[in-house]
Parts: sequence; C-alpha cells; structure tokens
Amino acid sequence: MLTMHNVKKIFRTDLVETHALRDFNLQVDEGDFVAVTGPSGSGKTTFLNIAGLLETFEGGTYELDGKNVSNLSDKQRSQLRNEKIGFIFQSFNLIPDLDLFDNVDVPLRYRGFNSAERKKRIENSLELVGLANRMKHLPSQLSGGQQQRVAIARALAGSPRFLLADEPTGNLDTKMALSVMELLKEINDTGTTIVMVTHDQDLAKQAKRNIYVRDGQVSELSEVVSLEHAANA
Amino acid sequence: MFSYYLRLALKSIRRNPILSALMITAIGLGIGASMTTITVNYLMSANPIPHKSDQLFYVQLDSWSPFEPANEPNEPPDQMTWTDATNLMKAKKAFRQTAMASSGGVVEPQGQDEKPYMASIRLAFADFFPMFDAPFLYGSSWQSSADDNRDYVVVISKSTNDRVFGGKNSVGETIRIVGKNFRVIGVLNDWLLVPRFYDVTTGAFGETEEIFMPFYMKQELEMTNSGNTNCWKSPEGEGFQAFLQSECVNFQMWVELRNDDEKAQYMDFMNNYVNEQKALGRFPRPLNNRLSNVMEWMENQEVVADDAQIMMWVSFMFLLVCLLNTIGLLLSKFSGKAAEIGLRRAVGASKSDLFIQHTVETAVIGVAGGILGLGLAFVGLEGIKTLYGEFVQNLVGLDMTMVASAILLALISSILAGVYPTWRACNIEPASQLKSQ
Repeated sequence: MLTMHNVKKIFRTDLVETHALRDFNLQVDEGDFVAVTGPSGSGKTTFLNIAGLLETFEGGTYELDGKNVSNLSDKQRSQLRNEKIGFIFQSFNLIPDLDLFDNVDVPLRYRGFNSAERKKRIENSLELVGLANRMKHLPSQLSGGQQQRVAIARALAGSPRFLLADEPTGNLDTKMALSVMELLKEINDTGTTIVMVTHDQDLAKQAKRNIYVRDGQVSELSEVVSLEHAANA
Repeated sequence: MFSYYLRLALKSIRRNPILSALMITAIGLGIGASMTTITVNYLMSANPIPHKSDQLFYVQLDSWSPFEPANEPNEPPDQMTWTDATNLMKAKKAFRQTAMASSGGVVEPQGQDEKPYMASIRLAFADFFPMFDAPFLYGSSWQSSADDNRDYVVVISKSTNDRVFGGKNSVGETIRIVGKNFRVIGVLNDWLLVPRFYDVTTGAFGETEEIFMPFYMKQELEMTNSGNTNCWKSPEGEGFQAFLQSECVNFQMWVELRNDDEKAQYMDFMNNYVNEQKALGRFPRPLNNRLSNVMEWMENQEVVADDAQIMMWVSFMFLLVCLLNTIGLLLSKFSGKAAEIGLRRAVGASKSDLFIQHTVETAVIGVAGGILGLGLAFVGLEGIKTLYGEFVQNLVGLDMTMVASAILLALISSILAGVYPTWRACNIEPASQLKSQ
C-alpha cells in the first residue's frame, strides 16, 4: 500500500538546514493499522505529510498503491489525495460556518460525484459515526469527540483505501479518545489501511503494528499482539 | 461547481461582514467616481446620428486673412460668410444642403395672460429637417420654394407649441415673432441631440432651438446675430447690409453627400468656387477647403472637453487607489482563511480549484461594489447637474450601456485586484495550516 525507500526531507532557512527525514524506509501493507510514535521533532508529522502528499521530499522513492508519486503535478497529487487518502487531524479541521452535511461534502465536491451520490455517501458516513441525526448542526454545536467523528466521516465519505490520522485523540478526554479509537479499529476491520501518529503509548498498542521514529528515521518496528487482535487472528 | 463556489462566496462574505463591507465600499467608491466621469465623456463623445453621420459634412472655406490662419496650425474658419453661404446654397450642388445661423427674437403669444418672451431661433433651409432627422409632431418642413420666396413660415418646437398654443395642433395658426406674423408649418416633437452637432460653435450641449424659420429672413428682417461672429477685416461701410457683404463669418453650412463620388464632386465644386472668388479678389490664402463628417467635426471642435478627460483620468487613479486598498483587504481576508484552504488542499482541491473558488468570491464582491458604484455614480451625476445647472441637463444620465459597463468594470477590476491575494491563498502550504489550527 505504502512503500518509502530512503526518503529524505530537509527544511532550509537562510542559516540552518534541518534534516526532518533521513533515509526513511517503511512499508505498510494493505489493511494494516500502524501507529507511529516518537519524541517531538522526530519527524512523525513530516512523514505523515509526505505520506499524504501534502509535502514533497528531496530524495528516495515513495510508492502509494504501487504508483511512484515523486514526479506528479499538483493536479495529479490532489486527485490521488482525493481518491485514495483520508485525513484525520488532531484539531478536527472542520469548517466552522458549514454544517455537518456540507463539511463531509467538501472532499466529495472535488471528486466530481453527482448530487445524489454525494448525498448517499454523506448520509452513510455520518450514520457510521452515529451523527446522522445532526446533519444540519454546525461544528460549534458539537462536543470535541463528536467533531472528531465528523472529521472521520469526512475522511471516509470518499471511500479511501488509506487513512492518515495525526494525533486523532490529542484534543479529547480519555473516554472520547477510546471511543474514537474503537471507531478507527472498526474502520480498519473493513479493510481500510490506517497510519496513525500518536504520543499515547496505550493507544498505539491498540494498532496492529508500532513504529518508533527518532531523528527522522524508523528506529524500531514491532508487531503488536493485543488480546483482541490475537482473538481475531 | 460554479453554484457551489457562489454559495461558498456568499458564506465567506457573511462570515466577515465588516471586512466585506469595506471592500465593497472601496470598489463602489472607485467605480462611482469612474462611472460619473466616464458617463460624461461617453455622452460627450457619442455619435448623435449614427446611421448617417458619415454622409453629413460640415463645410469650411478658408476665406481668412492672408497674414495668419483662422486657427492654428492652418485651420480654416469654423464658420463662413453670408456671401459664401448664400452662393453655395444657390448652386445646389449637394444631394441636400443647408446654410444656417442662430438668432433670437421676441415671441408674442396671442392670449391676454401670456407675456412676450425671448426665444431662440435657427435660420435654416428646408433641407435642414430631413438632413438632421428632425422629428415632427404635427405638419412638416416648409417647401424649398418657401426659402427662395422668403415666405413667413416657421417650424416650432414642442415647448413653444405648448406655451403659445396650449399643445394643440397649431399647423396653419399664426404666431407673432419679432413683430411679424408667421404661419406655423410644422411642430417638432421633443428633440434631444447630444451633442447638438449641427451647431457646436456656441457650445455642443445646448438645446435645439424653439423656432426655425427660413434662412433669408436673416436679411429680410435684419435678424440679430447670435453666437460667435469673427472678422479678419472690418466691414466696408456701416449697417446690416454692409455686415452681410463683409468677410465676417457667422454662418454654418452642412451638406448631405451619399457616397465618395458625391463627396469628391462637391470638393471639386468648392475648390472651383474659391478659385472664382480669388479672381474677384477674395480668398487671399491658398486653397484650404474642408468637408468633415459629423464625428470628424466633433473631434475638430474638441466636443469632449479637456477638463472632462482630465477628470476621467483622475477618477481612474482614484479607482486604482481603491483597488490597492481592496488588494490589502483581500490579503487580510484570505490569510484568515488559511486553515480552510489548507484543509481543502488536503482533501483533494487542486490549486486551480482554489483559484477559481476565490476568484468567484472576489467577483461577487466586485459585482456588489459595482452595484454600489452605480448608485454613487447616479448621485455623482445628480451632483454635476446641481453644480452646473441646465448647461449639462442633456449630458448626464445613465443608460443601459453605462449600467452594464459599470458592472463589467467592477467585475474586471475586482478580479484583477484579487489575482495576487488569490494566488497567495492558493500557494498556502497545507501541512503548516493543518497542524497549527
């Protein structure tokens, strides 16, 4: 699903060069659920941005779903992002003056679906996150957990094969964080590949695999065998 | 997608009402000022008789002094002498022709309650009316024979008819002008010519005259001169007849020539006529005769005043300043939307998608500014009317062309103003915005 080989990313200012990723190597298979942990500044978010085609990289190769993305145009990258990737952010990133229906509609608009298809997908994804009855509410009328559920519905509406989550529970209390994590696991169980950046080791343990990033490199790869996963295996 | 972008634009405008109002006001002020001056210039330079403006020619003969031209650098006089006007008319070499002069005289209404009043008079030939498409409410022009016979006939304006005859069909009635009885032959309908091109020597934006009478009444009744009279040498002798025989110019002449052949033939005729006059000791200057069609004559006479053009350019500069303000406000507005732009990029919007979305938003602001500008232009034009009075009554007013132009100007201006802020918005790095929200 995702293969990075010797990927490099350098941030430059007039005075300093910062190597955010150095020879970053990683393979994520279809249906995997990978939790990325590591100290602040280790390169987790940079990896996630490159994986989500939000940033370019200097060296190495990156293949997404078998396609080399190194030399794609802005339009091609946008299209690939729209069709294959769903994003979930720590601060939800909902548009405050659009209601839930219109927020979930945003990626679908760029996909070119007709009105009926969009409506069906929006209703289904809001149904999945348990907010179908609040379609006309504004984000400010929801709790943090509910807002993150809307963000998940938005990420899922286009049926992406790859979900990238950047600290999805970072702004939530423990109860809500667990509820969102359960939702992510359910989504993963349907075959969607998930890569999640988190600081929370307990949450990371609920993923199928953990990777630990330090100084812009993958320093540890470990298979997580939780009771639940063991039972499912 | 356009309707989606339009909906987003309206939401975005509502989200920042004060910022949006400032931008709309800035564009509105610029458009209002520009449209006010553009309208004045547009009406000043409009073709007053488009279907035949290239067939009507103003005649100029250079009868001026041997020592200097009538106008620099080597222009013939704007008007002609009585001698030349009557000679050219007698020759009847054009399809239609009319010499003319402006004058004035006292009208004595018949009713006991109406007082005599001073009216503007145009002395012309019968061809004047069909040449300039004068619209008749009642009756018609006098016959050509009335010109030569010096018949006491007149065509009167609608306002004169209303004032003297209470608006009834007065054809055949008698009207007393300059102490003589005239028979009313025709009544003109409202006739607004902007500019009043047939005689711009006393200003291009006056009203058409109240009374029209045969040209030779000038001589018959010794009608007073009105308008500009210029002489390069003093009349030989005294009195009215001496003035008519002098080299003083006070008369205008137009001919209607239907094609280039007729024009060439008439020019030959004019040159031959001047050469004959040279043999008689007149026309001391080299041949310098002119035939100018309507628009050429308007340009020659600089109907669009210089100060009006300067005002227009100043107002364009003002529009530019307003647009620079708008650019600043748009930069501020779009930088406030950085998080939303980052999110849209992340979920699949390309830079071109975002460029179109934000261009639609600036266009909506532009149209709103254009509508406000139209209102301000209307107020501006009313202000000009108040300031300059009746002189510009015929000159100021917004027609559909100007309304459409205002909206179009606002649209183009706002889109141009929005290019840089929109470009910047589209190039926002999504990654930085998504993490920092």
